[in-house]
Amino acid sequence: MPTTYLEAIREGLWEEMERDPNVFLIGEDIGIYGGAFKVTAGFIEHFGGRRVVDTPISESGIVGAAIGAGLMGLRPVAEMQFADFISCGFDQIVNFAAKCRYRWNAAVPMVVRAPSGGGIHGGPFHSQNPEMWFVKVPGLKVVCPSTAYDAKGLIKSAVRDNDPVIFFEHKALYRRIKEDLPTEEFTVPIGKARIARTGRDLSVITYGAMVWVALEAAEILAGEGIEMEVVDLRSLLPLDRDTVCESVKKTSKALLLHEDTRTAGMAGELAVTITEGVFEHLDAPIVRVTAPDTPVPFSPPLEEAFLPNTAKVIEKARWLHRY
Amino acid sequence: MSTIPTTSAHEQLGPAESAPQAELARRCLYYMSLMRETEDRIERKLYRQGKVLGGVYVGRGQEAIPVGTALHSLPEDVLLPSHRDMAVFFIRGIPLGRIFAQYMGRVGGLTNGRDGNMHMGDMSAGLVSIISALAATVPVAAGVALALQYRGTNGVAFSYFGDGSTSRGDWHEGVNMATVLKLPVVFVCNNNQYAYSTPLSGQMACTHVADRGPAYGMPAEIVDGNDVFAVYEATGRAVAHARAGLGPYLLECKTFRMTGHSAHDAAEYVPPALFDEWAKRDPIVRLEEKAIEHGWSDQAAIDAVHAQVRQEVDAAVAWADEQPFPDPATLFGNVYDGE
Repeated sequence: MPTTYLEAIREGLWEEMERDPNVFLIGEDIGIYGGAFKVTAGFIEHFGGRRVVDTPISESGIVGAAIGAGLMGLRPVAEMQFADFISCGFDQIVNFAAKCRYRWNAAVPMVVRAPSGGGIHGGPFHSQNPEMWFVKVPGLKVVCPSTAYDAKGLIKSAVRDNDPVIFFEHKALYRRIKEDLPTEEFTVPIGKARIARTGRDLSVITYGAMVWVALEAAEILAGEGIEMEVVDLRSLLPLDRDTVCESVKKTSKALLLHEDTRTAGMAGELAVTITEGVFEHLDAPIVRVTAPDTPVPFSPPLEEAFLPNTAKVIEKARWLHRY
Repeated sequence: MSTIPTTSAHEQLGPAESAPQAELARRCLYYMSLMRETEDRIERKLYRQGKVLGGVYVGRGQEAIPVGTALHSLPEDVLLPSHRDMAVFFIRGIPLGRIFAQYMGRVGGLTNGRDGNMHMGDMSAGLVSIISALAATVPVAAGVALALQYRGTNGVAFSYFGDGSTSRGDWHEGVNMATVLKLPVVFVCNNNQYAYSTPLSGQMACTHVADRGPAYGMPAEIVDGNDVFAVYEATGRAVAHARAGLGPYLLECKTFRMTGHSAHDAAEYVPPALFDEWAKRDPIVRLEEKAIEHGWSDQAAIDAVHAQVRQEVDAAVAWADEQPFPDPATLFGNVYDGE
């Protein structure tokens, strides 16, 4: 029976709560209601109100409380109802949680779950990809799983991690993708990329929902004789620079793809990573496909124009292949 | 490394309910005098000598508040002191030499030079460090209290802040979280009437910080923050309330900031008459007068406490000054676990 991306996150959280009594959930509408996306449906009935804490609407309060509990040795998993609202808890994450260990040797084991991404007609405040706000912050870890397997394996690793982890789960993937998961327990290490498809002609480096766009493009390009390798970063911080460079070293061409907006997106960091690491192996300019530098619009034709898609990736990939 | 000079009166934590008033007065005088002397040394000597760099924020005139509150803390309690609550660190047993080393940016300070001044904490002593955005510790205190409750302990979180902090969203979110979830937090406001250059009237439209308590469904009381016995008694009520599982409690300790915001600020915006008026209510002088009046102490014993404090501070400064500056190689490491 295949497991959806959403169900994979649920399973990961459930198993970690069964495994470790210090793990608890905190957030808005997560208990009785089961969460805006029903990720935590059924948790309060099983684990009780002590371990599934419904709070007032209070993102800074939720993150702050999670930090306090984390400092005390508990393992809180805080839910932002939408990743867009994480800005309300920004100071707590970037100034409090991220710097405790470095400053005064205090661990803040904490996961902040953030349902992110577009493609659901959510408009400017329910569709953003704010991962780069946090990739700039030493002390945080940032993960963006693309598959059900990784979603489960990474949420489990995030819960067990001794540092604050921002867990971006892509809303458009929640019920859209599924796969058979191993029955035995597994985790996925934070900070390790994976090769989602191997290829010899060019590398597309991406993460989150865009992995699926890249794979679709790769399938079509294969029919034209272009073999595109797809690197799924899985974690943005720490970044698996070795896997990125190894792939580009092999293909000599790099296409960087993300759903986040263009300026100062992950593509910028990846481009420098590649030039620092494997410049001698490049046979073409590094190119990128990203969302433009606008807010995420609401109306379907506007949002469609905003989001990177298979056609845009194929166009760039063909150009890169010809180069 | 030579022995770190510590405080002589570091003793069993816990309320002195059974102790006679004389003993309470002695402990209060010792910690208040130690805070005054330590901060004077930092602000008026080491800072001017260039041995302490950066921001220096002292709690001169406010010593009764950290002392009168923290003396109620039990080992399992967790305190989140603000930047004018130095004595909390002494009462929780942090060696004095380490505090001077912290201010001087030396190895041996609580952050080994990675942060300065009152930006320090030690979870093994139940102390959470502030960050510069004050009031950020208020929701964190709620989380600490949540963990204390989660574990089924009797512990209480002590959340310290000034009047200015109560304007920030974090204060309101943290207080609301604590009241809604009925968490064991004692909120301690030192209302020193100025937040940097902004007087209370520019900070809030209600008369008292305590007015805000009922709006959250939380008991609140106004305390003479320059009377350490009043602070101690009120804290006893607040702590009993929180420990009994009745939720948080707000203490507004009225006091006055007898300095500028920081060492570089001459506070010319404060009417001089206010300084004169509040100088007459110096909490250390009041404690001494009361102790003599009630026969709990005499001038000779009081003088002996001050002399002992000066000796301890001398030793701690000397020790801290012998500690090395951090090796630039220690810039790295411990950003993440295991580094």
